[in-house]
Amino acid sequence: MSASESRTIRPYGDTTGDGRVQVSFTLPVPFGTEAERSLAEGAALQLAAKMGLDPAMVVHAKGMGPAFTFFIVYGRVSHFVDLSAVTVTAREYAVLPAAEVNLRIRSALGRKLVVVGACIGTDAHTVGIDAILNVKGHAGEKGLEYYREIRVVNMGAQVAVRDLVDRARLEHADAVLVSQVVTQRDAHLSNTRDMAAAFRSSFGPQRPLLVVGGPRFDPGAAEDLGVDRIFGRGTTPREVASYLTHALAPEVAA
Amino acid sequence: MSDRTTKLNLDPGLVRQARELARAAAEPVVELARTHTTTSVERAVLRLAGLDGADSDGMPWVNRLTDAIREATGLEHGVALPAWDAMATGNYPDLRTLAADAAAGKVAFRIPDGTDAVAARESAGRSVRRGIETIDARRGERDRMLAEVGDPAKPWIYLIVATGDIYEDIPQAQAAAREGADIIAVIRSTGQSLLDYVPEGATREGYAGTYATRENFRLMRAALDDTSRELGRYVRLTNYASGLCMPEIAALAGLERLDMMLNDCMYGIIFRDINPVRTFIDQRFSRQVHARAGIIINTGEDNYLTTADAVDAAHTVVVSQLLNEYFGREAGLADWQLGLGHAFEINPEVPDSFLLELAHALLIRELFPDAPLKYMPPTKHMSGNVFAGYLLDAFFNLCGMMTSQSILLIGMMTEGIHTPFLSDRDLALENVRYVRNAAGRLGESFVPSPDGFVAERARRVLAESVSLLRRIGSDGLLTAIGEGTFGVTKRPASGGRGLDGVIERAEDYWNPAIGALEGERA
Repeated sequence: MSASESRTIRPYGDTTGDGRVQVSFTLPVPFGTEAERSLAEGAALQLAAKMGLDPAMVVHAKGMGPAFTFFIVYGRVSHFVDLSAVTVTAREYAVLPAAEVNLRIRSALGRKLVVVGACIGTDAHTVGIDAILNVKGHAGEKGLEYYREIRVVNMGAQVAVRDLVDRARLEHADAVLVSQVVTQRDAHLSNTRDMAAAFRSSFGPQRPLLVVGGPRFDPGAAEDLGVDRIFGRGTTPREVASYLTHALAPEVAA
Repeated sequence: MSDRTTKLNLDPGLVRQARELARAAAEPVVELARTHTTTSVERAVLRLAGLDGADSDGMPWVNRLTDAIREATGLEHGVALPAWDAMATGNYPDLRTLAADAAAGKVAFRIPDGTDAVAARESAGRSVRRGIETIDARRGERDRMLAEVGDPAKPWIYLIVATGDIYEDIPQAQAAAREGADIIAVIRSTGQSLLDYVPEGATREGYAGTYATRENFRLMRAALDDTSRELGRYVRLTNYASGLCMPEIAALAGLERLDMMLNDCMYGIIFRDINPVRTFIDQRFSRQVHARAGIIINTGEDNYLTTADAVDAAHTVVVSQLLNEYFGREAGLADWQLGLGHAFEINPEVPDSFLLELAHALLIRELFPDAPLKYMPPTKHMSGNVFAGYLLDAFFNLCGMMTSQSILLIGMMTEGIHTPFLSDRDLALENVRYVRNAAGRLGESFVPSPDGFVAERARRVLAESVSLLRRIGSDGLLTAIGEGTFGVTKRPASGGRGLDGVIERAEDYWNPAIGALEGERA
């Protein structure tokens, strides 16, 4: 069967179309007495059936403490996948490994990429900016300081916009990263607009790339706020590094 | 170690030389710690003297009082003389009342002299000694519990809880102990290391971790005492004496009988951009407290291997361990308190990766025969393939058994995906139980061939460590850190957070805690 004949597929165990999958999960039920074990396995099978596994087989069940049971279940999933209906949301940039980021910066700029970061306004919560900038990083990823070709200037918390603009000029910043974690009455929005306006009036069109982040921002509002990119909750340092590379160190055409 | 049998044929002369070089590199930094104090060291003195609690903004009274004294007299004389002099002059019933008035600007502090100074010293000394006596009593409690309920055999199994809510952490920690954990570590809220104060009270919200507070310490220790009695083995509790409040956290840990504390000589500098000078001063005091409290420190060398390549940077681990050992011993820690860290982080695609891991782990075991080494599982190369990850964790466990590591942090096959599920933890413990059961005694039979790959590799890492130490020695440790020798970042001595809290001691500087801690050392 070729792809052009059918765009419908099922999971593959060892035969085309057999639909076999494996899942594991924990249920808050005891696994002690004979009766408890029967009930537990029955519960696992009921869940499997509701997940679309038919037939399903509990191949492993183990009590964990007095109140929980862990299961491994194999079964035939009754669902199928229509490949023609798969939707893919494309990011405008690829998430790159650190070595690739360094390489791209080196070949595109021929020098280090300079990032100046700060929390502006009255926000004293450097958690966000530090998670992105400190070597320590976040979510198992090292921060921007870890990247050999990125030079990081972390100004810390409660930085005045004027000082941020001055420092960005002094350091020849390619990008300015601003974090706003705790805000009241949408202060994060007015702070960001003020910041963008200050960079516009001080630098003109040659201003550094402006990137803001924080849990309260709407990632779609960059244009409205006058910045280049907004990152929301759960952003990792690698995403930021990749975006900076995409925006400032484009791939040199072969 | 020269009179011990060695499996690696290490040159005892070279080992001695490595220690000598570490001492030479570290000594100027120790001198800096002897001649300076920090805001956090001074606040720790007040905490030992019993000052707890916070104002209505949540700012601890120790911060308020220290800030007021700093403004009035400076801290170069220490906080104790002006504080207890003001207590006497103003007839204050306790430090908290003094702190409240000081915060309101109602206290005129001065550096007393003559009989006033003598009186202030006496009352300050008395108060701080009471705190130290409490730490001694807590240590006695631990010894009694170890004797009564039993001390688990090594390797100790180390598990992490981190819900952000202490009341959620407690049942999780108890469940983990029942499943086989010998040590429970409560991960701190992200970024607590950068707070210049210790939050107060029981906390129910944190970022990817639970705040370290005295009350949280107390609640968890009490719960684990119950579980220890139930299980018939003492379950140790771990937290973090790191960051800007390292000395205070150390004091609180001693007062609430924590058993182990993460406490590295350079971690905060490299990974958190805390000022190097601040770090070394805070660290010496915190280690003096840990020494007194019978707390085992855990150092953080595993972190270098998460940033740098685990093969190329193997010698930086050894160098940092030798420095941690020197700083630790100088502060009064015994070898059994030096939980030097390292990690199983070599890329599994590298040929002979397991042999390299064996070489590194065995080298460290032989260099520090009496230290309770803490061995960290793979994190960097846990790809999301949980099945391959489970296999890698088994090899980590095996390497730990073969090289007699003392503390095994249990690897999770879902590392980097989510905070562990109940089932992840259960499977991880099943993994370590199997390996311990099947090969727990392999260490006594495993001797690498003297000229084989493993022994050669170990000797090479030692030689590289000695040359790095020699380089640091001629430039000085602060210069080396400033030039980016450890980790990948440059951390100049004049940069980083917390430098404004570093104060050079005046001629008449007086700190009753340091007096008591140093005076009683054998």
